[in-house]
Amino acid sequence: MPSKEEVLEKVTDALVDALGVDEDEVTPEATMVGDLGAESIDFLDIVFRLEKAFGIEIPRSELFPEDILTNAEYVKEGKVTDAGIAELKKRMPFADLSKFETNPQVQDFGNLLTVNDLCRYIETKVAD
Amino acid sequence: MRWFWIDRFLEFESGVRAVAYKNTSITEDHNDDYQPSYPIVPASTIIEGLAQTGGLLVGEHGGFQERVVLAKVAKATFHKYPIAGTTLTYTVELEDIQPDGAFCQCTVKDGDELQAEVQLMFAQLDDRFPEELFEPANFLRMLRLFDLFKVGRTKDGQPIAIPEHLLEAERLDMAAPEAN
Repeated sequence: MPSKEEVLEKVTDALVDALGVDEDEVTPEATMVGDLGAESIDFLDIVFRLEKAFGIEIPRSELFPEDILTNAEYVKEGKVTDAGIAELKKRMPFADLSKFETNPQVQDFGNLLTVNDLCRYIETKVAD
Repeated sequence: MRWFWIDRFLEFESGVRAVAYKNTSITEDHNDDYQPSYPIVPASTIIEGLAQTGGLLVGEHGGFQERVVLAKVAKATFHKYPIAGTTLTYTVELEDIQPDGAFCQCTVKDGDELQAEVQLMFAQLDDRFPEELFEPANFLRMLRLFDLFKVGRTKDGQPIAIPEHLLEAERLDMAAPEAN
């Protein structure tokens, strides 16, 4: 199993190649969308690179729970409900949702994921 | 002018790789207009040729049922400026394919000389994008022009069969050509 450092190194390589950012921009706290400028199509690129780098398969719904965010049961007036938050936490145990929870606007969800979240996700996948 | 940026396929192995060529010429306006009196083949037209080669490789893998579009030029390195008049060979290898997209590694050569290396990402459109990309009978005509079914082989070395839905569209088109 790769160490935390090895995971960060490979995730950094994938992000540098996929997003054309400098290596020193890829800090653990950097958000994928806001800080690194990832657009929706880039996530497909990132997923391809991570699958190859780690020899794993990444089901899209694990990283991008769009089905929850478009489900009327979990979203009311543009905000994720408590039930929705619980569902997101269950689906994305690797993501730090504490900041999002304070004002859970669906439109802000895309900017939630950080480099660190991505590393934690990969760690759970390679440990399987 | 038609939006064809390759002339023919030379090889086409289903789900694995495709090799196509493009005869460039100074009679094509864009080659001389791009840098007047220095007729290099614009990199964008080379990328488009690779995208057509790769897009058809990805599309064929799904029996041409999916609508495949170029989603991203992930990386492109041009080592040379090909001069118009040369024949460029585009080789595209399918590195990964998933229900929502595919990743391809591409090279461009002039003879044995490497001109460019490009990584392309394709997406397969879902129901959020309802438009048809190609009229099926015209699409089949294009595939025939490119010799896809002449050189195309499955992984077992068998000829690639023309999908029934395209043949049916062609039959309807021949029966009532004015409808298209």
